Amino acid sequence: MNSKKLNKSLSALALVVAIAGGTGASTAFAAEGAEAKGFEVAARSDRSDLGFGDSSVYLKMVLRNAAGQETTRSLYIKTLEKPNENVGDKSLIVFDKPADIDGTALLSHARILEADNQWLFLPALKRTKRISSVNKSGPFVGSEFAFEDFTALELNKFTYRYLRSEACGDLTCDVVERKPRYEHSGYTRQLSWIDQDIHQVRRVEFFDRRGDLLKVLTLTDYRQYQDKFWRAHKLSMDNMQTKKHTDLNYSDYKFGSGLNERNFEKVALRRVR
Amino acid sequence: MNFSRIPLRFPVTPILRFLMIVLIGFPTGAFAESGFEFSGFVGAETRYFTEAPQFPGQKDGPQNSLVLQPEFRWEWDDQRVTFVPFYREDSMDDNRSHGDIRELNWRKAGGDWDLLVGIGQIFWGVTESRHLVDIINQTDLVENINLEEKLGQPMLNIATINDWGTASFFVLPGFRERTFPGVNGRLRTPLPIDTDNPEYESGAEDRHVDFAVRYEHVLGDWDIGANYFYGTGREPRLVLDLPNQRFIPFYDLINQVGTDLQYTYEAWLFKFEGIVREGQGKTFGSVVAGFEYTFFQVAESIIDVGLLFEYLYDGRDETAPPTLFDEDIFLGTRVAFNDVQDSSILAGVVFDPDKNEKFYTIEAERRFGDSFTGELEIRVFSDAPFGTLLNAFSQDDFIQLGVNYYF
Repeated sequence: MNSKKLNKSLSALALVVAIAGGTGASTAFAAEGAEAKGFEVAARSDRSDLGFGDSSVYLKMVLRNAAGQETTRSLYIKTLEKPNENVGDKSLIVFDKPADIDGTALLSHARILEADNQWLFLPALKRTKRISSVNKSGPFVGSEFAFEDFTALELNKFTYRYLRSEACGDLTCDVVERKPRYEHSGYTRQLSWIDQDIHQVRRVEFFDRRGDLLKVLTLTDYRQYQDKFWRAHKLSMDNMQTKKHTDLNYSDYKFGSGLNERNFEKVALRRVR
Repeated sequence: MNFSRIPLRFPVTPILRFLMIVLIGFPTGAFAESGFEFSGFVGAETRYFTEAPQFPGQKDGPQNSLVLQPEFRWEWDDQRVTFVPFYREDSMDDNRSHGDIRELNWRKAGGDWDLLVGIGQIFWGVTESRHLVDIINQTDLVENINLEEKLGQPMLNIATINDWGTASFFVLPGFRERTFPGVNGRLRTPLPIDTDNPEYESGAEDRHVDFAVRYEHVLGDWDIGANYFYGTGREPRLVLDLPNQRFIPFYDLINQVGTDLQYTYEAWLFKFEGIVREGQGKTFGSVVAGFEYTFFQVAESIIDVGLLFEYLYDGRDETAPPTLFDEDIFLGTRVAFNDVQDSSILAGVVFDPDKNEKFYTIEAERRFGDSFTGELEIRVFSDAPFGTLLNAFSQDDFIQLGVNYYF
């Protein structure tokens, strides 16, 4: 090979390297942009809720199996907001039905990347038990919802990536992929559809540990409280693998009832019964 | 139903009188605002014993019973009145046909304090095989030999909730005697215990006013509790009365300090309970320590399986009330099916590595429809040497089936 040819080849190689490098750089830049935008979309949605203080709500769950048989649960949920995004909210769930678990209560102090602190109150024995909450992906009271699906979705529990914008019903939604940062999550990733109008989550697809589509959540009947806070009043979860279905119907939302830390301490469970 | 048999002996009526005033004195608006809730359960249960009874007087055949426990609650503002009566009618054991007031109390929740006046139920502790520190309520032993059913205890309880923890003070006027099987019942001592003629160390007998104080706090992954009790011990000594072929329950005055700790780390729960008791023989200490580990969603199913291990030690001498748990190991497993029916199984064995005696237990339950639950209970007593407490139950292995309707 003569030196001229070699030079040419080297130039060509350099060009290829330069192009490849350049493309690589722009892809990395695009990915960073997608992550920033994904976080921005999720943050705008999450922060639209900032300052709600406390809320209480009545929840009726309707569980339907593949054969169409239905069973119901009802419970009350009280939530105390922790405005700091690095600290999770506190919640108290008190069961009302079925009657044999009436008065059973679950207190959670959510944490962002570690297991929550959770206590279970058993009214028959008047016993309060600290329980392991490392697993948040199991079925909550036999439903298609895992505990991690419907407790307050903390912004910093996920990393985000903006994918695209597309029509969702009458609205336009940003589609954001989010990956759980919590190592014991039951999911590898989730796709969320957040509308561009009031910035609320309209649909979530959950992918299991194998990466297969497991569940699809649809959130509807958004209503606004105190001219600020939006709440979906119907959440429908379809398990695509088992064909089971759970509806959550929320009613009687109340905000700003003056709940404080004391109402969410372990000792407060004794007040349930 | 023969109500004259119901041993309802609440020595202190002022509390009840005060409660009546509170009840009658309600503003009618309080009821209208709703706060009334009626719930409870009614159940049927049958026990099949695998062997004929061991002692004279004990009835053979299955033991059937019906149970009723309605619950009434009035709630307004930050106050609540609770009334929970209980009654069981039993086909075999006269002492197990009994009633009780599990709860009849008024409760007020302040910002940093709680007040409870009346008959209530209090549970302390963290371990599973034995509840050492739990002392406020007397055990309703005829209900279940797991010692978890409790009689209502009259009390005045004030709890203050502080940043440094919760301090709770109890004044307990009036003592409840432990229930024991009658002469015709199974699962009893070789000679029956004469519950009609208890004896007391205190001259005030069952009117002695007991005191207790408890401290509780959560420090990160640690749940800690400590308590002190002074008063009539809930466990009686059994004094042999040979001429009359019976045991007399004798209740001593005791001082007891206790502590309960739990450390929660991921799927691990580490538990400890310990007491020191003075007043029954030489001062002694008792301990339960162990762990529970849960395998969540085993083999990609939705089933959770927990493994339990607890070590039990009790340092009491022969003059103290008898216990099964002198030095034992508890091994158990808890299976939660996480299905719509909330099916679960708890199975375990308490064994004495020294005496080789074993006590097996299986408890399984599930819901049927929206309002019924079914329960299966199996208890097996094995290899108990002659003369031990467990030996008295050696022919009382049983299988129990129960159905409850919740309303």
